[in-house]
Amino acid sequence: MTFEFPLLVLLIMTAAGAIVVKDLISAVFILGSYSFALALVWALLGAVDVAFVEAVVGAGLATVFFLLTLFRMAEKDTQIRRPPVPWIAFVALPLLAILLLYGAGDLPAFGDPLSPASTHISPEYLENSVEQTRTPNTVTAVLMDYRALDTLVETIVIFTAGIACALILRRGT
Amino acid sequence: MVELVQAWLQRPNFIVFVILFLWGVYIMAAHPNLVKKLIGLYIVQTSAIFFLVAFSAKDGATVPIILADSGAVDATLYANPLPHVLTVTAIVVQVATLGVSLALVSGIYRKFGSLDEEEILERVE
Repeated sequence: MTFEFPLLVLLIMTAAGAIVVKDLISAVFILGSYSFALALVWALLGAVDVAFVEAVVGAGLATVFFLLTLFRMAEKDTQIRRPPVPWIAFVALPLLAILLLYGAGDLPAFGDPLSPASTHISPEYLENSVEQTRTPNTVTAVLMDYRALDTLVETIVIFTAGIACALILRRGT
Repeated sequence: MVELVQAWLQRPNFIVFVILFLWGVYIMAAHPNLVKKLIGLYIVQTSAIFFLVAFSAKDGATVPIILADSGAVDATLYANPLPHVLTVTAIVVQVATLGVSLALVSGIYRKFGSLDEEEILERVE
């Protein structure tokens, strides 16, 4: 909890930087640091697998994708102007924020071991996965044993995305 | 009212989620530059994942990796693994869709020579 508040502030600062900065390449690098700060927060929350994936795929691969796109472009197009803020944003966004925060009163407390999300099915996986799958990491056990078919379909989604990229980027059509 | 404010202050993760989510939605809707829109999309997606992962944490719990010789497992000592499984796949799918949308932006730039929405609309007409 001690390290969480500075990291959350860092998260908001880097997200603000990625949104506000006028040079697109700088914005993409700041977005990479945002992803890395997010990975640190998740590692603190106990989600080490999610933190690995975010550090590798989010901070690494997504930044590379953005840079590959931006390196093909002329410099005048990556230096952008900042648009004026429409007046409706000052009304609609605070209203939406108040609506979301009003709903927050009914959420279970963060870190509560007896919250509904942590009591229904997840103790079953934690208690039985070593015996049933011989895998010490419960996340891997659920991903590759109990839900292996879902993971297969997910790789089909990524395969489809790869084919779509190749077809869109094909030259001379 | 005081209770509601106290409820917010006990949930700093949720306040950060609301700020990131709404800011990303606003940039997606209002910014004319296509790459900035994708940066907003990325922030919205990661904020939703952040919200899910924040619910998996338990006070005094550790990472969900169980040592083989620990005998009977007490589930309150390990973080909830199910949000982790969901979000690991969600992050990968998110980057795959980001790749497709960046390929589309690249194609648009090749055809119209601009990333600005208004300039592209002028050249389409």
